[in-house]
Amino acid sequence: MVLNMGPQHPSTHGVLRLLIELDGETVVKCQPDIGYLHTGIEKEFEVKTYQQGVTLTDRVDYLAPLSNNLCYCLAAEKLLGLEIPPQAQWMRVMLTEFTRLNSHLVWLGTHALDIGAMSVFLYCFREREEILKIFEMFSGQRMMTSYFRIGGLALEPPRGWQNRVKKFLEIFPSRIDEYENLLTNNRIWIGRTRGIGFISLEDMLDLGITGPMLRAAGMKIDARKDSPYSSYEKFDFEVPTRTENDVYARYQVRIEEMRQSVKIIRQALEGMPAGPWKADDQHVVLPDREKMKTQMEALIYHFKIVTEGFRVPEGEVYQVIESPRGELAYYMVSDGTTKPFRVHMRTPSFGNLQATAKLVEGTLIADVIASIGSMDFVLGDTDR
Amino acid sequence: MLPENLRERAVAAAVSDFDADAVITGKYDRDELTLEIAAPKIVSVCGFLKYDQKFIRLSGVTAVDRYPAEPRFEVIYHVHSVDRKERIRLKCRVSGVDPVIESVFSVWRSANWYEREIFDLFGIQFLNHPDLRRILMPDDWEGHPLRKDYPIYGTRV
Repeated sequence: MVLNMGPQHPSTHGVLRLLIELDGETVVKCQPDIGYLHTGIEKEFEVKTYQQGVTLTDRVDYLAPLSNNLCYCLAAEKLLGLEIPPQAQWMRVMLTEFTRLNSHLVWLGTHALDIGAMSVFLYCFREREEILKIFEMFSGQRMMTSYFRIGGLALEPPRGWQNRVKKFLEIFPSRIDEYENLLTNNRIWIGRTRGIGFISLEDMLDLGITGPMLRAAGMKIDARKDSPYSSYEKFDFEVPTRTENDVYARYQVRIEEMRQSVKIIRQALEGMPAGPWKADDQHVVLPDREKMKTQMEALIYHFKIVTEGFRVPEGEVYQVIESPRGELAYYMVSDGTTKPFRVHMRTPSFGNLQATAKLVEGTLIADVIASIGSMDFVLGDTDR
Repeated sequence: MLPENLRERAVAAAVSDFDADAVITGKYDRDELTLEIAAPKIVSVCGFLKYDQKFIRLSGVTAVDRYPAEPRFEVIYHVHSVDRKERIRLKCRVSGVDPVIESVFSVWRSANWYEREIFDLFGIQFLNHPDLRRILMPDDWEGHPLRKDYPIYGTRV
């Protein structure tokens, strides 16, 4: 029998279609069909100036907008050879870790919901709301933040952000314990997740899986440690791994990652450097409002940057960061004009989803939901 | 021919020693190593990198359209060695007339979708690919959207 799961199915989190061939309850063959959310963002980059492109990156992975902002900005800054002041770098680290929490919370809530633990969803979204409020405080936007810009941040960090973050850090670790109370020793949860969704490490590497899935298979791989960007080398944190390589291990890895993110955010809060929050380069960064109104030169630069954009030296870069889902990379080619010649996004969801067939073939249909849920893909990230 | 200054890069030297004709040129720019490989040699070079040089991961494959220049397309491979914590970029130039290159699926299975994506959006054919059909656009779509001569807004009348 051929079962058509999706594209409109509650547990495919978006519009993914799985063509599943069944023999009784066993999956014989699985064929993922993607592209329902293809928006042509890569094409769109080519007609936007570099700075305008930032707003497109939010919409790629809508659960981790700031990770995409960061990767895009880092790629452009690498092409420009731009030095970013410490405060902006640390702020970027802190906010991308908040993004990781945000993304993992949505994953945990919906994954548990798929498997049948309804209440976890409500708990997770309670804390996620707090994180979105912090994003709103910084950028004025809850989800499509565009808070990182080429050259630094979009706005000065708001007054009193420290208190808001401190308050969050006081309650959040106990909330992680709360999720664990609900799930970690829950017999039904263990029964639905332990030993499910196994895929060998060789297959994983060969099929392009990255991120928490790879770490749950015992591989200590994390771009934040392997090729540090934006001052990550100054932070003290662990890369959690498990060796069981099943849905339960992936759950444990992500829970531990949340605790590590809290650790990083705390270090960022306590050690946040003072100083400027955008780079000192008048060709790229917009001048201060005050200067623009009083100095002729600043006004000219402002006009040039807003109308024409800035020229980026010829070249190509491949910037890799660790997004909540795995290896996120932007390949950016510049031809020396004010618009990117080509931007390619190597997104973790696209790479991970490729392994779906390998993951579910030979297993029971009831486990398909748990298996694909453990991959934590976002369809916007897959189809771009 | 590998430029002399790249000899000091171990990977570049190894690839050049493996097959000197395969390397057309190379550059080291912004801490990233790029090797331009002759298109017919791509599979053997990738195999060498994976099995000999421990580049076990294919991070991604993509393409760039240099229209109206000829050869028109660049197919770009980003290869990653987890042990050596090193990444390199391979670049193959492909003609705009009947663009075709051999698939590296036999080396890394992850090339499957990446190459399908390029086939879909650029119209480059991949030889020996197990399942070459559109992946993001609908099956009956005409044209290849990421080509530079494909309009961005609306359709041509």
